[in-house]
Order: sequence, then C-alpha cells, then structure tokens
Amino acid sequence: MQIGIFSVGDVTTDPTTGRTPTEHERIKATVAIAKKAEEIGLDVFATGEHHNPPFIASNPTATLAYIGAQTERIVLSTATTLITTTDPVLIAEDYAKIQHLTDGRVDLMMGRGNTGPVYPWFGKDIREGINLAIENYALLRRLWTEDVVDWKGRFRTPLQGYTSTPRPLDGVAPFVWHGSIRSPEIAEQAAYYGDGFFHNHIFWPATHTAQMVKLYRERFEHYGHGPADTAIVGLGGQFFMRRNSQDAWDEFRPYFDNAPVYGHGPSMEDFTTQTPLTVGSPQQVLERTLSFREYVGDYQRQLFLVDHAGLPLKTVLEQLDLLGEILPDLRAGFAEGRPAHVPDAPTHATLVAAAGGAQDISVHAEDTQTGTTDREEVEHR
Amino acid sequence: MTAPRRIVVVSAGLSAPSATKLLADRIGTASADALAARGADAVVEHVELRPLAHSLADHLLTGFPDATLAAAIEQVRAADGLVVVTPVFAASYAGLFKTFFDVLENGALDEKPVLLGATAGTARHQLMLDHALRPLFAYLHAVVVPTGVFAASEDFGATELDKRIERAAGELATLVDGPGAGPATDAAASREAERRTTAERFAAPTPFEELLRRASDPGA
Repeated sequence: MQIGIFSVGDVTTDPTTGRTPTEHERIKATVAIAKKAEEIGLDVFATGEHHNPPFIASNPTATLAYIGAQTERIVLSTATTLITTTDPVLIAEDYAKIQHLTDGRVDLMMGRGNTGPVYPWFGKDIREGINLAIENYALLRRLWTEDVVDWKGRFRTPLQGYTSTPRPLDGVAPFVWHGSIRSPEIAEQAAYYGDGFFHNHIFWPATHTAQMVKLYRERFEHYGHGPADTAIVGLGGQFFMRRNSQDAWDEFRPYFDNAPVYGHGPSMEDFTTQTPLTVGSPQQVLERTLSFREYVGDYQRQLFLVDHAGLPLKTVLEQLDLLGEILPDLRAGFAEGRPAHVPDAPTHATLVAAAGGAQDISVHAEDTQTGTTDREEVEHR
Repeated sequence: MTAPRRIVVVSAGLSAPSATKLLADRIGTASADALAARGADAVVEHVELRPLAHSLADHLLTGFPDATLAAAIEQVRAADGLVVVTPVFAASYAGLFKTFFDVLENGALDEKPVLLGATAGTARHQLMLDHALRPLFAYLHAVVVPTGVFAASEDFGATELDKRIERAAGELATLVDGPGAGPATDAAASREAERRTTAERFAAPTPFEELLRRASDPGA
C-alpha cells in the first residue's frame, strides 16, 4: 500500500489572517511539503497541473525534477497531467527524462481538466475532452513503447519516423493512472490498458467513487488483466487533525467555510458526512481512512490533500507530522485482512522485473553524411 | 393493466401559504381529473422547491445533490408529465425555480410533456409565461402544452381561471395518455434508445475499441 499526498497548488488567502502567500512563497512551500512527505515516510508526492490563476501548478515537470533532486526515495507523480491540452509528444519526452533523472521514481496520473478557457488557450475544445484523452493517450503509449512511430490522428500534426527521446529508463514506460470523477469512459480506458484508476474521492459522495471503481474493476477483468480485485486502484482523501478533536473542528472551520471549492456551501458537519473529509483526532482520521476499503475493496494508493484553502505552511507541516505518527497504524490497518493475491501498486522496479529485466533501448541515429552513428562518434572521440 | 400515469407538480412559491402553491395544487388536481376522464389512472406528486433552497445552493457549489434533492430530481426525471409553476420575479421566473432546472442532468426533460403556470400580483406580468418560461422549456427539449396558466391575485376570485386550468390540464392529459403519447417518430424512438442515464452508462459501458474509433473519427 502506497500512502502519500497530492497538491493542487492553489494560492489562497488565509481566511484567519487575511494574508495571501506570494507565488514564490507558495512554490517554495510546495517543495518544503514534498520534502517533509519523504521525511515522515510517505511513499508518494503528486502535484497537479493548472495553467491559470490562482494556481502555481504550471510546469509540473520542473517541480518534480527539482523535488526529485532533493529527495531519495519518494515516488513523484501527478494529479493530474492534462492529457487533453498537453501535447502527448511533450509528455512522452518530459516524463521519460524525469524517469532517468530520478532513477525511475516517477509515475503519472492522466486527467482531462475542467476549466473551459484552458482548452482554447492550448488550441483545443473542451467538448472533445473524452476524445482528446483517448487519442492523445493512445499516441503517448506508442511513443514510449515503439522506437519509431508513424502516426496520424485528429488532434495534432502527423508524425513520420518520429523517435521520442530519451527512451524510457530500462525500456519500461512510467506507470500510468487515469483519474476521473464520473466519466465511465475513463474507467473503461484505464481498464482496457490494465493501467491504474484513481478516484479523487474528496469533494464527492462515496457513491460516485464506489460506482467508478466498481466499473473499472469489472472491466479490468473483462479485458483479461486479471481478477477484478487485482485491479490497481487509488483514492484521494482529505483530513484536518489535532490531538483533540474539538480543536481540529475549531481551527479548520474558517478554512472550510471559505475554501475555494466548497466554501460558503454546505456546513462542515454536512460535508464531513457526505464526503470523505475527516476533521478530528488522529485516531478518527485513521479509522475513517481504513473504512474506505468497505466500498472500493483493497486498494493500492491513498493520497491526501493537505495543503489547500489557505492553510499556512507551518500548519501543513504539523498535519504531516501527525500523519507520520499514524502512518504505522495506517499501514498495519491496510495490511489487515488483505488477501495475498492483491498486488501492490507497480513501481519502476516491479515493472522492470515484469518485463524480464532492464534493457537499454537508447536509439542512436545514423548520420546520413558520414554513415556513422552517434555512438560510433562518441567512441571515436 | 398499465401503471398509473405520474404527474409531478414542481412549484417555486416562497411564502406559506403561497399563491403559487395554490395554483399548482389546482392544476395538479385538474390534470389527474383530465386523465381520469380519459380512463387513465393518475397519481399526482408534488415537489416544492422552497424546502430545497439550501440543497439547491449547496448543489451549485459542490456539484452534487444531497439525498433530499436527489430524490426530487429523480421524481421529475421519472414523471410522465410535469406541471411547473413559478411566481414572477423581476420580469421572469423565480431564481429558485431556475436553479432547480439548472441542476438537472442533460436530457432529463427531453420530450417530457410540460404544463407551464405562473403567478404574480398583477396581470401585467402574464406574458412572462410565453416570453421567458416557454423558451426555457424549449431549450430543455420538453414538449410544452399550448395553453399556459397565469394567475394574478385577482384571478383567484374569478371563474375564468378554472376554464384555463381545465383546458391546459386537458392538453397535458392528451400528451401524457393520448394516441400520440410516447416517442412520436422512429427518429424520436431511436433518440430515446440512445439517451442513456448515468446508471445505464455504468451498467453497460461503451467498449473501449468503440471509444477509440469514435475519438479519431469526427463523423462518428
């Protein structure tokens, strides 16, 4: 079981002080949070991708590479990579490069993005969101698995004799998750490829999550990747904890009431009942989190949102300290009753092993002028 | 033995008692009577929006309905015929009324027979029915009966209102139960077959090979 955090990179005014962090502060805070995540023993740090204010989550690849250089162990991921508006050719290059730089500590989660204007800014149409996700991802897979690609589709210029570089580390593409809240087409897509499926889970009633995960599991089995309970499932989660439950409620309420996503709407009492948001003691967060399995089955990755709604960095780091304290119990709880045949989330190491070992698939083009390859040139130097 | 026809009356009056609810009740009863006169069983269900006001505001902000609102939405979706009644506010339907129809899933009212009603303090507002309410339901692809029922305060003391209610209710009963009830053409029937609820889309997902084919084929 992988446990981690995901960030959307919002720049939000702290409603208790009226202070808004600068972009620079927020960007640096994201790095500090990621490093803290590794320090307390979490397995995954994932960043979102947004191309509009009030977010600082553009250019996730620079962020992940920078964090990768300052960490040793944590898996770097995305939540999500915009497969609709980002050129799959660039995604193929960028994440293969991060694979090499971080020795395979990277995977991705594909998402469509729901901010209308972002699509035309990148020359796309939100009404084609599903079709973009399907065509672009089909191309991305080919770019990682085939050395030379001839391709023609609807949404980008054709490719002839194209080789995406660098080739994936050890000849194995990064593992991919697909995230969607309620589009059955995306659960179907994840199942078809035998990829992972991630449900945001937070902000929504558990029925949405259960419905999507059930479909993904059934279709995973349908497409021959193995029994439904061996499909690769990830969930979001959201908590605010203090040692004393009432302190957590008092401290978090102004952040909840003014939060960009759900603020000024339902009461915190209603929302903590209707959605997985848990406000309370570490023990309550532990118990609630372990209850998610009741409606999705044993799963592989749990990511928490801890740094949003204007919470100051100091508070976020305190939340991570508390998460670190319950981490052993969380792991023990997830392991309890988990059937032996339920796999862990794939990592670079397990994917390489499944592929029969690492292979170098570097492509060395022939120089048409001299008839030599770059490898020969290097050797001659 | 066919199941009774379900008439669902949606009303957006804010006061209690409200003129809008009074009118809604009368139209609902008249619709059931008109169906009974045709020999059809009818049940009339009421969805009042005032108690759903908080739930509707929450839905706008969170994107999902709470259990009470979800039940009301399902009632409307499953209705054989709808009666909708709103007070006139600022030259149009009430914001609360519009909010309810804003949060319905796309296609929820496709080809649904609908009777329009409105109330106001004076008869000067009566064209709201045709200039504001009717276009809204045209957009929602509902089939709106020709006669709308408008009641100003003074109409509650006049017999003319009953005649309009009866006429409109008769038109609704014909659409709900008449020879033309149900999909009118093969094209409409095939649209109905294609139109799948969320539950159906999950129960029988489109296979991925088909999604792949459609993604790259603009004509699909």
